[in-house]
Amino acid sequence: MSGRLGAAFGRARAEGRAALVAFVEAGDPSLAVTGRLLPALQAAGADVIELGIPFSDPIADGPVIQRASQRALGAGATLAKVLDAAAAARGEGLSVPLVAFSYANPILAFGVAAFARRAAEAGIDGVLVTDLPPEEGEAAAATFVSSGLDPVFLLAPSSTPARIRRAARLSSGFVYLVSRPGVTGARNDLPEGLPDLVARVRAGIGRTPLAVGFGISSPEQVRAVSREADGVVVGSAIVRTMEEAVAAGRDPVPAAARLVSSLAAATRG
Amino acid sequence: MKAGRYGVYGGQYVPETLMSALIELEETYERIRQDPEFSRRFSWYLHEYAGRETPLTYCENLSRDLGCRVYLKREDLLHGGAHKLNNTLGQALMAKFMGKRRLIAETGAGQHGVATAIAGAVLGLPVEVYMGEVDTRRQALNVARMELLGARIIPVASGTRTLKDAINAAMRDWVENLRETHYLLGSCVGPHPFPQIVRDFQSVIGREVRRQILEREGRLPDTIVACVGGGSNAIGIFHPFLDDDVRLVGVEAGGEGLASGRHSASLTAGSVGVFQGALSYLLQDGDGQVLETHSVAAGLDHPSVGPEHAMLKDTGRVRYEAVTDAEALHAFRYLSRTEGIIPALESAHAVAYALRAADDLDKDGIIVVNLSGRGDKDVADVANLCGGAA
Repeated sequence: MSGRLGAAFGRARAEGRAALVAFVEAGDPSLAVTGRLLPALQAAGADVIELGIPFSDPIADGPVIQRASQRALGAGATLAKVLDAAAAARGEGLSVPLVAFSYANPILAFGVAAFARRAAEAGIDGVLVTDLPPEEGEAAAATFVSSGLDPVFLLAPSSTPARIRRAARLSSGFVYLVSRPGVTGARNDLPEGLPDLVARVRAGIGRTPLAVGFGISSPEQVRAVSREADGVVVGSAIVRTMEEAVAAGRDPVPAAARLVSSLAAATRG
Repeated sequence: MKAGRYGVYGGQYVPETLMSALIELEETYERIRQDPEFSRRFSWYLHEYAGRETPLTYCENLSRDLGCRVYLKREDLLHGGAHKLNNTLGQALMAKFMGKRRLIAETGAGQHGVATAIAGAVLGLPVEVYMGEVDTRRQALNVARMELLGARIIPVASGTRTLKDAINAAMRDWVENLRETHYLLGSCVGPHPFPQIVRDFQSVIGREVRRQILEREGRLPDTIVACVGGGSNAIGIFHPFLDDDVRLVGVEAGGEGLASGRHSASLTAGSVGVFQGALSYLLQDGDGQVLETHSVAAGLDHPSVGPEHAMLKDTGRVRYEAVTDAEALHAFRYLSRTEGIIPALESAHAVAYALRAADDLDKDGIIVVNLSGRGDKDVADVANLCGGAA
């Protein structure tokens, strides 16, 4: 496990709370904004930042992140440039752990081994590839590990105990539990039976930290999930806040930071 | 070879949220393949309802023009007007056996949407069809047919607003509604087991051709030609001949020419990538972003292709060629006037290649062209393209 991810979850655990994992779409609305956004979210209390790598066909994402992905591509974001932006942010002292959240094809086009080396050099800590289930992801995970990156695999409410164990065996930073069937996007409620689901998954993953995401947007939801899991992921709500700020002619960075700050406070109860 | 793999191609490149559905589908499919009750009912629908077997028509005028013996496999005469119904009847019946209560589908040209709407209507399953906004305008006739058949059309406004975005939207719907919904994928693309299921249901085309040509000619053909978008009609006619000494040619949409960049020829001009659940050939840029495609035939206008075709290209068992929009349009008019058969613009690509390839055959040579669909849907479009006169 990379130092930074392990330390972030360890620190949150020691403080008796869940780590706040903030997802942003890299390059939305521009990589220059992403460069300002990362330190601002760190200062606002994000424990981990997931950097979404834009892709033309994001099948696991709802409309908010689809639009962000389109905007980022339209503004010229590529995997290589996102890694450069991460490296630049690290150069300026960014210390929060970064997880690259990508679809398989941009990484494949870059070359899996070349990507792993470059990502590690750029200060990326973990990699989650949305459309690589354990069946397809074993080799890539091994390549990530050998470059010092933590592979993160997804679990779903429908995952069987055998699949839960397999995903946990391949993951080292944390395991990401998708809280409900469906795509990313803010919802007002929490799925029923979340505590049971979390308990069932925990039984299969041992000591690997468990982060829960998909559909979590409000401080109330964060507070509730925080009681169950080691980490809580908020994505679409942050992306939408930025979209609304840009549409209103305001700077999206302070808008995102304010939301993250309220979500971080919610992890503390 | 690993299950679900064609050489290195295929696989299940999907989010974990979809894996349980794919596993359920895999298990169900293995079970129903051996279920005599399923076979009996599927066979009834194919023969008594859809109109199989379809003729293998010897084309005298075409043969005279080309200087060899030309047969057309008449999937244009299947109910609905295209080969698509072979697959939709099979999958819709399978969905009934699985206890699903709703079908969703994607469509580009509208042929698969129509075929799904037909299967849903006759089997009593409600159908919702995702269709790119651009395509709903290009294919207004098929939109009207689907609605008449009781299907609900959901226009897709994301991405390029064409077929690939309709597939993305259908996958997102499926992942939210797995329990009651079957995603009736229309081509031999996507994650395992879809490429296998679609190929198996479409292979009835090739099995009939084998029986028909042996009856008629006492031997197998020299060449079989089929158009390739996702590749379902092609794999359906090729598959029963893979172990024979028969030349197989898949014809892709060369659009405005491969050099123009405006085409859909993923096998002849693409590179290997992961898209919509499978590893296959893909039209993509250097950063792995999927490119916009073009073809005069909406049903071929797709940036990727079934993984089994990717393997057959690499092994050299099937040759893949591209013909341009202009060649396809010429073949569209030529076949209409020469044989009185208006082909779908998709199928016209295969006819166009046959016009080119016949030179290689002597007068006793036999060529079979898969006429995968009829061209009524394209008449208005062609008239527009050609300034009024189709």
